[in-house]
Amino acid sequence: MSVNLLLVQLLNGAQLGILLFLVAAGLTLVFGVMDFINLAHGVQYMLGAYVAASLGVWANSFWLGLLLALPVSLLIGLVLEWLVFRHLYGRDHLSQVLATFGVILTVDDAVRAIWGSAPLPVPQPEGFTGGVEIMPGLTYPTFRLAIIVVGLLVALLLWLLVDRTKAGMLVRAGASNAPMVSALGVDIGKLFTLVFGFGAMLAGFAGALAGPVFAVTPGMGDAVLILAFVVIVIGGIGSIRGAFIAAVLVGLIDTLGRAMLPDLLRLVMDASSARQTGAALASMLVYIVMAAILFFSPAGLFPVRRG
Amino acid sequence: MRARLRLILPLVVLAALAAAPFLGFDSSFAYTVLSRAMILGMGAVSLSLLVGGAGLVSMGHAAMLGVGAYAVASLDAAGVTDALIVFPVAALAAGLFALLTGAVSLRTSGVHFIMITLAFGQMAFFTASSLSALGGDDGYTLYGRTEWLGTRLLENRLAFHFICLALLAGTWLLCSALLDSRFGRVLRASKENALRAQAVGFPPYPYRLVAYTLAGAICGVAGALLANATEFVSPATLAWGRSGELLFMVILGGAGQLYGAILGALAIVLLEEWLSHLLEYWRLAFGPLLILSVLFLRNGLAGITAMPKRRRPSGKPAALGQEADA
Repeated sequence: MSVNLLLVQLLNGAQLGILLFLVAAGLTLVFGVMDFINLAHGVQYMLGAYVAASLGVWANSFWLGLLLALPVSLLIGLVLEWLVFRHLYGRDHLSQVLATFGVILTVDDAVRAIWGSAPLPVPQPEGFTGGVEIMPGLTYPTFRLAIIVVGLLVALLLWLLVDRTKAGMLVRAGASNAPMVSALGVDIGKLFTLVFGFGAMLAGFAGALAGPVFAVTPGMGDAVLILAFVVIVIGGIGSIRGAFIAAVLVGLIDTLGRAMLPDLLRLVMDASSARQTGAALASMLVYIVMAAILFFSPAGLFPVRRG
Repeated sequence: MRARLRLILPLVVLAALAAAPFLGFDSSFAYTVLSRAMILGMGAVSLSLLVGGAGLVSMGHAAMLGVGAYAVASLDAAGVTDALIVFPVAALAAGLFALLTGAVSLRTSGVHFIMITLAFGQMAFFTASSLSALGGDDGYTLYGRTEWLGTRLLENRLAFHFICLALLAGTWLLCSALLDSRFGRVLRASKENALRAQAVGFPPYPYRLVAYTLAGAICGVAGALLANATEFVSPATLAWGRSGELLFMVILGGAGQLYGAILGALAIVLLEEWLSHLLEYWRLAFGPLLILSVLFLRNGLAGITAMPKRRRPSGKPAALGQEADA
């Protein structure tokens, strides 16, 4: 494999990692602060993509669609929280899993009913349609680079918000001991609604960014949801820093595995079985890594101290 | 009184299933739906042994179903179709898979256990889709159903219905007896408080591993039945959505009672069939029903019939969603 190809795959992996981080950030905070398993978080990602694409077509501008999708995602998140999730905070994980799965089924079918099952056409991001020459003879799509840059900026902003502000301090305190924070006079319910809405908006933002790169289809949130759960478990539940590192790790492992394993296996077996085994092994790679990490460090890489 | 009710209700359900073919539910469609419900019910009961009995929420239980189904397929490809070989092999293969993955998974607990079982489930899924000899992604169509001592007993719809029913009833009885035994008491004790169980000389790990292996073997038999019911095996049998479906059957039925899993399986399979014939976007109705059932049926379907719970003298609340005296 040439250096050029490796570089492209590294960038693709980073881009997937960044998108995963945007989804996982909200998930890990909601899980960490309220001990709430929200399977329906992938739905926010999907709705973000759909809303941005539709509004983008309507406004005839991808960027305007992206901008408008943010408040809409926030609103959808808050409505879902008010309608369903709020009633599940005191319940056990099993009830949360079943109810939020019900939300997935409902919203997926609602999307099918409104937009149809076929992939939705997405307007191309104007001004970012070309490529950049990152090395002599190697161009990379500008928009994909933009995703990486924007994602890194959002990650930085999130880190500042969580690590340097009072609201962030409360969120971190909530993640390590929610009852204590509540006993100190903080309205943990309001704090959670805030975190929840913010997480929903980030996931919607990720979906809107992913629209022009991946297909916008009714099930698109489910695959991302599983990977986002892998990310937050590897990173340590409730840890933003862990989620960031794990997301980039998962993005790189998945992308590089898919690109390189079939070629590597061809060294030891014939071409057709190398392709098949390589593809299967590449899909498994993320899970193998997660199982190994959990085996050696059952609380993830950056466990949040609870006390 | 409660103990009697716990016995009567599942017997009524099993009796209704036994009577169904004679009450007009004898179309090919009815047989297909009922056998599907009973087979998935068997898988769900084995999962309920883990979830309700041992507090082990597995998100990879469909892998056991898949190992059983793929055992049938690979034996079929090798020309072996006798039930006396096929079913034990399916159970052993799934049990072995559960033993190996359980040995690793049981080192973790809580959410991490959910995720590590999901990881093993996904590994099994991608392995199945790479088995080119058995069709890979496209799946494998059996040459015929498994034979019983050379006869085509399983091809007979009524016989197959009762085989499924007998195995479902057997699974329920076996798991109930297991939970009531000394072994089951250790399982339940370590669910309530693993540290205390350990302190009185019962380390949870070996007990949990045995339960996990047994549940896997039972689910493997269900998988072998499923392969026979559809005469087709594909990676979709062990997709993570299927693991979720089994878990939802357990939760909807009520994780505190083993027979809840049977109620849950029947409810989900029948509701799916009914709604999907009625509506194009049937999940728009099914999803809200699931949500409402969580919000309003705190102990699942089995909880509707349970007597009001007695207050505990110590005032200590029971573990959420699980009944300590199940």
